[in-house]
Amino acid sequence: MQFTEEHEHFRESMRRLVDEEINPFVDEWEEAGIFPAHELFPKLGEVGAFGLEYDPEFGGGGADHSFTYVMAQELGRIKCAGVPMAIAVQASMATPALARFGSDELKKTYLEPTLRGEMVCSIAVSEPDAGSDVAGIRTRAVRDGDDWVINGRKMWITNGTQADWLCLLARTDDSQPGDYHGMSLIVVPTTTPGFSVGRKIEKMGNHSSDTAEIVLDDVRVPISNTVGEAGRGFQQQMAQFQDERLVGAYIAAVGARKALDRTKDYLQQRIAFGKPLLANQYLQYKLAELYADVDTVEGFLQYAADKYLAGNDVTREATVAKLKTGRLTREVADACVQFHGGMGYAEEMWVARYFRDARLASIGGGADEVMLRVITMMEGMGKK
Amino acid sequence: MKIAVCVKQVPDTWAEKRLKPEDSTLDRESAEGVLNELDEYAVEEALRLIEAQGGEVVVVSMGPERAGETIRKALSMGADAGIHIVDDALHGSDAIATSAALAKALEGRGFDLILFGSESTDARMSVVPAMVAERLGLPQLTFAQKVEVDGSTVRIERQAEYGYDSIEASAPVVVSVVEKINEPRYPSFKGIMAAKKKPVDTLTVADLGLEPVTVGLAAAWSAVDEFAARPPKAAGTVIADDGAGGVKIADYLSQQKFI
Ligand SMILES: Cc1cc2nc3c(=O)[nH]c(=O)nc-3n(C[C@H](O)[C@H](O)[C@H](O)COP(=O)(O)OP(=O)(O)OC[C@H]3O[C@@H](n4cnc5c(N)ncnc54)[C@H](O)[C@@H]3O)c2cc1C
Ligand SMILES: Cc1cc2nc3c(=O)[nH]c(=O)nc-3n(C[C@H](O)[C@H](O)[C@H](O)COP(=O)(O)OP(=O)(O)OC[C@H]3O[C@@H](n4cnc5c(N)ncnc54)[C@H](O)[C@@H]3O)c2cc1C
Repeated sequence: MQFTEEHEHFRESMRRLVDEEINPFVDEWEEAGIFPAHELFPKLGEVGAFGLEYDPEFGGGGADHSFTYVMAQELGRIKCAGVPMAIAVQASMATPALARFGSDELKKTYLEPTLRGEMVCSIAVSEPDAGSDVAGIRTRAVRDGDDWVINGRKMWITNGTQADWLCLLARTDDSQPGDYHGMSLIVVPTTTPGFSVGRKIEKMGNHSSDTAEIVLDDVRVPISNTVGEAGRGFQQQMAQFQDERLVGAYIAAVGARKALDRTKDYLQQRIAFGKPLLANQYLQYKLAELYADVDTVEGFLQYAADKYLAGNDVTREATVAKLKTGRLTREVADACVQFHGGMGYAEEMWVARYFRDARLASIGGGADEVMLRVITMMEGMGKK
Repeated sequence: MKIAVCVKQVPDTWAEKRLKPEDSTLDRESAEGVLNELDEYAVEEALRLIEAQGGEVVVVSMGPERAGETIRKALSMGADAGIHIVDDALHGSDAIATSAALAKALEGRGFDLILFGSESTDARMSVVPAMVAERLGLPQLTFAQKVEVDGSTVRIERQAEYGYDSIEASAPVVVSVVEKINEPRYPSFKGIMAAKKKPVDTLTVADLGLEPVTVGLAAAWSAVDEFAARPPKAAGTVIADDGAGGVKIADYLSQQKFI
């Protein structure tokens, strides 16, 4: 990737926004178990953080992927994982399919205000009984004249208690149950009668991000709210997952390096056995090993970003990036806790939060085993 | 309304600043150059005024080649065009020469309002706006915490220790702004990309019609004879509180003539 003066100016805008509008409030939002999406997102919309790569005719930036990379790196500097996740949902997880396949009218009504940050959105795929096995979802949309009538439950929905609309994956054709075919992505406004938030889920980490269980009880939306062609939802969602996984990995890699830097500083300050803890070669080598791993992952992410930039399919790269960054994040977080001793276990320092948040990296957006499953199939092992 | 904003590139506020041993001028290469913070407020104010009333914003900067980045930064916030005064002969210019060059560049272009920051973060003399006003024969409304334009009347609240003074003058006027005036926007992705295509004129000392001997280091009215690095912080005095700690602190403060 070639970074120009424009990249640096955009980085500076993102950095200032993070330093001035986000980081000072993270502790408060973590405590509250939610962040004010409708207050924060317009600020992100104003700098163009949403829809960087989308069509300028519908509020996008018309940028190439290198700017998404820069944005994600700056989101990685946020003092928690919940807020960047919520931002990434709006920027790269719930909107790519709508931007790629949605009708002009859908894009005018939903995409444009979302990119301005005036609307908040969610991606609703997972269900109480189907997460890893996306093809096993049960939420059903039945055609009734010009409408879909939707019934079902969605689980783990990020931004779910504050969203204005969901990009919802539903089964729209029952002829082949449990199959990939016959699913559609549908835009569902949360003000539609029959839509309700079942509950806000209490989580181990990512406290500042609200996660909801959603109930859909005879929710009626126009057929024209279908994103692209009905019956293509599964494929569209699989493509949308590539953006999600890459961006998630870009954010996490920066977080891991920052955590190592902060741990190194702490070990330099902390005196034990008459000298700074960092003078201990065992600790130095452990950190060096982790730095080397972060370097390797970062190199791979740049390679993946370049490949994406050149217009190639990056399913393999996004899968590997998700798997390796997730695991490394957990390993780094574990080392940070360990080397901080009791302070690593106390809520008064950043480390405990990082440790809790890091655990999600191997679950959300597809568990490690699901990534392994994808690679397995690509390598001709197991069956499709 | 046609507004000019004078912007200066300064070394990053947080960077360690150094003087060059050869000519005792600021080593501008050693630290990253940024748009002087107060000038960002001036640009923001100009943009707000034209967003409300229509018009054009031109940013003007005197500085070496790389001050072009600072002009583009202001353009990425939304200004329409730039003027870059760049000439090796200007190196080491003092406030008097700086104001002469800026005045020449601004003269005769029909600006209704010429905005400045009230101070640069590097030299911090706070004199350039007044000098430019004097050279152009324009009223100066300095240290504005609020600016209102009502037809040809420009009204400001001039920040003061006791509150503010309301003062007004007829356009064209020179206005310098303080931090309180607004909250500058972050340049957006679209603004940044658009800035690449906006026109920036470059002007040399000859273009301005100035004699090269009247600007630059040799022409400066004051000179730096010598400089020394700030001594490292001395260790503090520790007073153990044996019951009379308060008295000892009071003695110390009175010795230092604080009380
Ligand atoms: C904080 C948070 C936010 C989330 N946000 C969203 C959101 O916004 N939208 C959304 O749709 N979803 C969201 N999710 C859901 C997330 O994508 C799922 O939790 C994840 O895909 C795993 O699905 P599951 O929880 O149903 O686990 P299950 O599918 O029940 O899997 C449990 C475990 O089984 C193992 N496993 C699963 N499949 C295999 C296999 N084939 N081979 C071997 N082992 C396997 C894995 O270890 C896995 O972790 C979120 C989750 C969390 C926790
Ligand atoms: C280390 C050091 C040594 C110096 N040595 C000398 C010396 O030997 N002799 C001497 O006379 N002076 C010296 N100066 C002062 C230097 O010449 C000033 O930086 C310059 O004259 C402008 O004054 P100022 O930065 O204090 O502007 P201020 O009056 O504080 O600036 C107010 C506003 O004027 C505008 N402005 C200022 N400069 C520019 C510019 N270049 N282009 C566009 N707008 C501008 C901006 O809007 C700014 O916010 C020195 C400065 C430094 C940092």
